[in-house]
Amino acid sequence: MSHASGRARYTVALAGNPNTGKTTVFNALTGLRQHTGNWPGKTVAVAEGVYVHEGVSYRVVDLPGTYSLLSTSPEEEAARDFICFGGADVTVVVTDATCLERNLNLVLQITEMTPKVVVCLNLVDEAERKHVFVDAKELSAELGVPVAPTVARTGQGIPELMDNVAAVASGHVVTRPLQVTYGREVEALVACIESSLREVVPKAAPWLSPRWVALRLIDGDPGLIRAIDAALDGQVPPDVNPRRVTRSVVAKGGIPA
Amino acid sequence: MSRLDTESFGDIVEAARKARSALQGDVRDLVVTRIYEVAEGICRRTVRRPTQAPPAWDTRLDDIVTSRLLGYPLMLALLGVVFWITLVAANVPSKWLGAALFSCQDRLLILFTRAGAPAWLTGITVMGAYRALAWVVSVMLPPVVIFFPCFALLEDLGYLPRVAFNLDAFFRGAGAHGKQALTMCMGFGCNAAGVVSCRIIESPRERIIAVLTNNFVPCNGRFPTLVAMSSVFFGAGLQGAAALSLLATVLLGVAVTLAVSWVLSRTTLRGVPSFFVLELPPYRKPQVVRVIIRALLDRALFVLVRAASVAAPVGALTWVLANSTLRGASLLTRLAAALEPFGRVIGLDGHVMTAFLLGLPANEIVIPVLAMAYTGAGAMVDPGGLDALRQLVTAHGWTPLTGVCLTLFSLLHYPCATTLWTIWHETRSAKWTALGALLPLTVACAACFLASSLGKLLGIAG
Repeated sequence: MSHASGRARYTVALAGNPNTGKTTVFNALTGLRQHTGNWPGKTVAVAEGVYVHEGVSYRVVDLPGTYSLLSTSPEEEAARDFICFGGADVTVVVTDATCLERNLNLVLQITEMTPKVVVCLNLVDEAERKHVFVDAKELSAELGVPVAPTVARTGQGIPELMDNVAAVASGHVVTRPLQVTYGREVEALVACIESSLREVVPKAAPWLSPRWVALRLIDGDPGLIRAIDAALDGQVPPDVNPRRVTRSVVAKGGIPA
Repeated sequence: MSRLDTESFGDIVEAARKARSALQGDVRDLVVTRIYEVAEGICRRTVRRPTQAPPAWDTRLDDIVTSRLLGYPLMLALLGVVFWITLVAANVPSKWLGAALFSCQDRLLILFTRAGAPAWLTGITVMGAYRALAWVVSVMLPPVVIFFPCFALLEDLGYLPRVAFNLDAFFRGAGAHGKQALTMCMGFGCNAAGVVSCRIIESPRERIIAVLTNNFVPCNGRFPTLVAMSSVFFGAGLQGAAALSLLATVLLGVAVTLAVSWVLSRTTLRGVPSFFVLELPPYRKPQVVRVIIRALLDRALFVLVRAASVAAPVGALTWVLANSTLRGASLLTRLAAALEPFGRVIGLDGHVMTAFLLGLPANEIVIPVLAMAYTGAGAMVDPGGLDALRQLVTAHGWTPLTGVCLTLFSLLHYPCATTLWTIWHETRSAKWTALGALLPLTVACAACFLASSLGKLLGIAG
């Protein structure tokens, strides 16, 4: 169920940790200019842009920068909901080549959610300067999704990134994302719940992985359960706008959920 | 939409919930740990770092800037130098602006007299609105447009996240979030902006702590007041001493921030500080000219807009209060008299209290209103800059102790109306908004009471 997205054929969600140059990638793709903050959280608003690659138009949505999609800050929830229900045909995860390990947490969480992922390995020049070399081919083989090395600041690698996005969006390239496994006990449960979800989940979101939903159900994620319920009822996915003010109600003597 | 052929989603959710309760250990922890493990494994196989490579210059610099030994002295030194630059450089334009604006006032007066305007109109527009505006522009504008471009340069350089890194241990010790160091730095510019920036703190509990304590760093509007007090009382013509006292004031603000955070996190907002990743983004070559120009324009515009939209109306109101008599005394005098006993208790006086009361819309106007209240109904005093201010307040029996109390009150008292509105907007809660006003006010009164009592005991002020 794709959003009404102007005339763009595909929707691309841009995810990534803060300070990975995500906004620079966004600008390099769409040519939009906007102020980039210098610390996490300054870019809270979701920016949108459009680009045309080989005659096909793509709508790009710059999600808020997050380290994870598991906890429940408004930014993480917004990013997660958009990837799940925002009608994204491809999710590009922008990573910082200088500290890949920390960035991979988010990549692995997203490849668990949907197979339609392209990793943008940004800041490779910065990494080289620090004598850090990432083998993009090897990384792509490990993750099971395309990896495009870029220097977004200079535009280096951006055409290749667009090629990869096009290939995954159109289905020319079928990804086989790596699955993280969680030990026998949890896996048995996941398998059981996943099988009953196979019918339901695609109705809520076409690219959402039933396995991931099963994991979240076992984890007990009320926000996501509500979102899936809403999507099943054919409601429009929640408005991805972290600017909405979240009511922070503090329970007496405890930390609010 | 019907849900046929499969068991309903609700049933599945229920089944999963039951299954979860039968599991050993926490699923969330397991998931997070496993993902970390896998990520680490992938990195081991795909990332190469020739170990013999020397660390890059920025890594070495970070080691110094965030070191246990040198981190804090460096921060203090930088802040001190910035204050010193501000004080030295603000003096000249302040004098110059004051002279220019008050010669304008004389011309306006002549103009009004020639046009045969009634006295009350001249009073409200020239003696009230224009004079308050001139005060704000001449005394408040220079420190702000010098301090903030310096601050913006440090920000552009990427130094602020390092400050947050250094202060993280303190905030964690206070039961607050390390990112509060960043929201605190934002508060330097404007507490309303600081309160909005608290959104970067994910946990609601820690966000509220950051919101409630943001007021304890001096904003745009109060910073010049503190600069004025430092120069008038503690500088004695020595910019270095004034800079030091300003540094001490700001450090006190930080200390109060930590102390109040600590109290809050042990009382109404109990909880453990949450874990977070603080990035140290790469140092950037600051775009010096662009940053300076933008900060200059932004700040100058900010002050001018506030001066026109708040200072001028309040100035007019002050003049009206000073010139409307009720049973033989002006309203302003009556208001000051009513607040006098309370003011005395905390080492100030009724006029100062009145100025702070009228300063609720914006803190920029506390000093101008005070000057107007002291000079009384339309008396022609040339309040051009700090020398005039010194003469004025000493004529009203001020001692250095009064300066200390005013500094404390200005630093700690309730935030301006805009900030309070922002707190309400961000929390949507009358309770937190009320606390956001009353908590600082209580702290301010307590601090001033302590300072003045201590001062009187030691015989600093008779």
